[in-house]
Amino acid sequence: MITLPVASQKTSHVRMTLNGEQVDVSFAPYKTLLEVLREDLGHTGTKHGCELGECGACAVLLDGKPVLSCLVLGVECDSRNVLTVEGLGLEGTLHPLQDAFADLGAAQCGYCTPAILVTAKSLLDQHPHATRDQIRAALSGVLCRCTGYLQIFEAVESAMVKIAQQNGSAR
Amino acid sequence: MPIQKDSPERPAKDSPASAGEFRVIGVPRRRVDARAKVTGQTRFADDIFLPRIAHCKLLRSPHPHARIRKIDTSRALAHPGVYLVLTGKDLPIEYGILPVSQDEQALCLDHVRHVGDPIAAVIAREELTAFEALDLIDVDYEILATISDPEEALATPEPRIHEYGEEGNIHKRVALEFGDVEKSFAEADEIFEDIFFYQGSTHLPIEQHAAVAIKDPEGKLTIWSSTQTPHYLHRALAKVLQMPPAHIRVSATPNGGGFGGKSDPFNHEIVVAKAALLLDRPVKICLTREEVFYCHRGRHPVLMKFKTGVKKDGAITGMHLQTLIDGGGYGSYGVASTFYTGALQTTTYHIPRYRFEGCRTFTNKPPCGPKRGHGTVQPRFGQEVQLDKIAEKLKIDPADLRLRIVESPNTVTANYLRLSTVNLSECIRRVVKTSDWKEKFRKLPEGRGVGLACSAYLTGAGLAIYWNKMPQSGVQLKLDRGGGVAIFCGATEIGQGSDDVLAGIVAEVLGIDTFDIRLFTGDTDLGPVDLGSYSSRVTIMAGNAALQAAERARELLAEAVAIRLEVPKERLRFAEKSVFDSAAPEKRVPFHEAVCLAEARFGTIGTVGSYTPPKSPALYKGGGVGPSPTYSYTAAVIEVAVNPLTGWITVPKIWIAHDIGRPLNPPLVRGQVEGSVYMGLGEALMEEQEFRRLPKKLSHALVHKFPSMLEYKSPTSLDMPEVVTELVEEPDPRGPFGAKEVGQGPLLPIMPAVANAVYDAIGVRIDEVPITPEKIVKALAEKRAGRDPRYGPSHFPHVDWPEALRVPPPWEGGDGNAVNDVPRHSKPRPEKEKVLSS
Repeated sequence: MITLPVASQKTSHVRMTLNGEQVDVSFAPYKTLLEVLREDLGHTGTKHGCELGECGACAVLLDGKPVLSCLVLGVECDSRNVLTVEGLGLEGTLHPLQDAFADLGAAQCGYCTPAILVTAKSLLDQHPHATRDQIRAALSGVLCRCTGYLQIFEAVESAMVKIAQQNGSAR
Repeated sequence: MPIQKDSPERPAKDSPASAGEFRVIGVPRRRVDARAKVTGQTRFADDIFLPRIAHCKLLRSPHPHARIRKIDTSRALAHPGVYLVLTGKDLPIEYGILPVSQDEQALCLDHVRHVGDPIAAVIAREELTAFEALDLIDVDYEILATISDPEEALATPEPRIHEYGEEGNIHKRVALEFGDVEKSFAEADEIFEDIFFYQGSTHLPIEQHAAVAIKDPEGKLTIWSSTQTPHYLHRALAKVLQMPPAHIRVSATPNGGGFGGKSDPFNHEIVVAKAALLLDRPVKICLTREEVFYCHRGRHPVLMKFKTGVKKDGAITGMHLQTLIDGGGYGSYGVASTFYTGALQTTTYHIPRYRFEGCRTFTNKPPCGPKRGHGTVQPRFGQEVQLDKIAEKLKIDPADLRLRIVESPNTVTANYLRLSTVNLSECIRRVVKTSDWKEKFRKLPEGRGVGLACSAYLTGAGLAIYWNKMPQSGVQLKLDRGGGVAIFCGATEIGQGSDDVLAGIVAEVLGIDTFDIRLFTGDTDLGPVDLGSYSSRVTIMAGNAALQAAERARELLAEAVAIRLEVPKERLRFAEKSVFDSAAPEKRVPFHEAVCLAEARFGTIGTVGSYTPPKSPALYKGGGVGPSPTYSYTAAVIEVAVNPLTGWITVPKIWIAHDIGRPLNPPLVRGQVEGSVYMGLGEALMEEQEFRRLPKKLSHALVHKFPSMLEYKSPTSLDMPEVVTELVEEPDPRGPFGAKEVGQGPLLPIMPAVANAVYDAIGVRIDEVPITPEKIVKALAEKRAGRDPRYGPSHFPHVDWPEALRVPPPWEGGDGNAVNDVPRHSKPRPEKEKVLSS
């Protein structure tokens, strides 16, 4: 018989809001938010490229702000609000950012895409009329190895126009 | 522009172009897998979680070169939560990507060749437990002398890193001569001799390599892996595990970036497969970022010596190129890489006589292999920088010089590469115009400059990795009664859009929407073999196979519909999800009904297509590396600003023109161009796979200088300049709908264009990549001291080159064979095949 390794002991518990839904989760205390999301909550949309806070691929929004989920402990997230790529679209429709990324070649391999999308959302939430330089700066923490970034900038700008139109027509 | 009608593969009457304008091809479209990617639903290998899954970690050598005296795994095995510990004894059979270099073991049996070489594997219930147990494995090493670079390898035949290879630590030497180069130098007005160094760099895919293996309910093996080459992994698994290939299924998960770094069969893939078979439970591995640096297979560091003779008008009389290549610890693709360093010089400019000598050595570093532009990038840098020097000496504008010497289309080069369409001149003219080159070159203020460079690249390697007479790509189509079409093909989606290429071509031919198509790709059980996503081969090879399968399906449907509509089938058009009479478009049947009609008439509708590249005229030994159905061409102008105090370089703008043939999906093509520009800029300015020796009082071991993404500098969104991309469209008769490659070629001109721009800006030559501020400051100091205003290597070590195979060029009566070798066609093949099947 194999005895239970320490790593399996799910002694930490948190209750958080994940993509608008309240969730309770138990996990081993050493786990990062990235690991809790992927391994304990089945949200594999968030990726990892280094688990050292270098590549940015694991970015999620924590209370609306982009954080690297590999550098946040799961136990820090009690009562917090987490948004991942799975929560970006609403009720079966894609978020304008997702539409623009899909149409304009902003996602090639798609591995950094979830992190770039949520980071861009956070930017546009704060700066609905962001400039190219603001977009560049906001996304500089997420490495993309495929696109050369330019189609990403253009997709963010295109989504920005669409969001402004939607907000305009909603008023 | 109409498709040229001289395609040998396809009679003109069946050409899709004859149907009129395209509805899918060339139209900017959302790629078929875009929704999955933007919703985070693309399932990468590490996203696979299965019941009872166990996790694997590898113990890696801390020494660059050592013998393993003893391994004791008993403490690790006793660690709670550990299921299994494997060592080299469990997987002793050697494998490797090339039949000629089967030099890897999944776990080193008795000899480690670089820091990071795997020795043992722990499989445990939790990943952390496996990681902890690595510390409990006791290894007794006998430290061996470390070979750190090719010069040291040449001077140090013992200890040998491998027992095979040419001699000592020389892996491979090649020498080829196409015409009497000495004579061509005698005829030249000027001779230029330059030595360049191109530093190694790594792919840095954001996705770390991962694999999951299971023993499936039937007792067979299935492995999901982030591999670019499922077919080659399939072969390696069958060999090492001694299993019938029919009992192994390899499924390539979408790669989170590849760039060549996931093209070898890897030790970790073989280990998890073995563990899953032994444990009868799923086993997963995901490498750490540090381990990805140890997998490497990246750009070879290459020292190059170019000797080029030119006439006063710039015409090249002959070229002699020598390359000395740092291979790292294993063969990988290295023999091919070695030939590639000498293969493509002749494809851009007319070189009537050419001599090439290349030498790859083993060193105690992670193995080098294929990175975007495989082996051709380094000499392209040297060639294009030297051409800039030639232009200056001859007082000819570098753009004009190139335009004078561009090679002609439909030519066979001195080394017997058959060129198809060549639109390099148009590429040059475009970037000269868009960049306003004539107003900028040698005219910008001190500290600012522009540089120009060109390149060519293969559209698919002409030969498979292992010798065989079978097609290099196959596609099966299944048409169902509901109008759905399924594509089955081994082609592997690594982000470049290979699935979209297949779907776009089939949708165009059958007149349906790409989103009506289901794709089953990269899976050795489901689809026919495609060799993989490397050498820019998917569009032309899988694309042509898909075209053939789709045309065959269309033929069946057309025959059945023609009877129903009572019109000649030649008049039928396939478009708008319908089949209709082009003379009376109201006479039509919906696509799904056309399938039903065909099924009623012919039975179940399924068609196949396959693609085999045309035979190469290069019959000499070594002539298998370089041939391609057609070549893409690129020209780039880059503007730089250099701070003369700090040496800091900024790149405000890049103009690039690429000879694409025809873009199948324009935003994806542009993405490949800009992605190549980006990656080239990283290599030009900052990326280095660099090593350092620990201090003598420590181990003096050679270690990776910075195996992390923070310290291995790569360009961020803040570093990316504005890029003006132009596509030059002349459909190539060999490409599907005329398409040529775009994934690699546009990277090649970037590094030399930056070097040439730096010279224009501040008058110093940096004959080395990357071009860092430190090197610029040193070169400026030389300039101020009145010495040669240059930074770069000055010495090429002595290599005992073998006697060159002498192959007279076509215009000197050659037939593609070497005159001092047995003619290729009379050579017996069986010996080679025996090696392959062993």
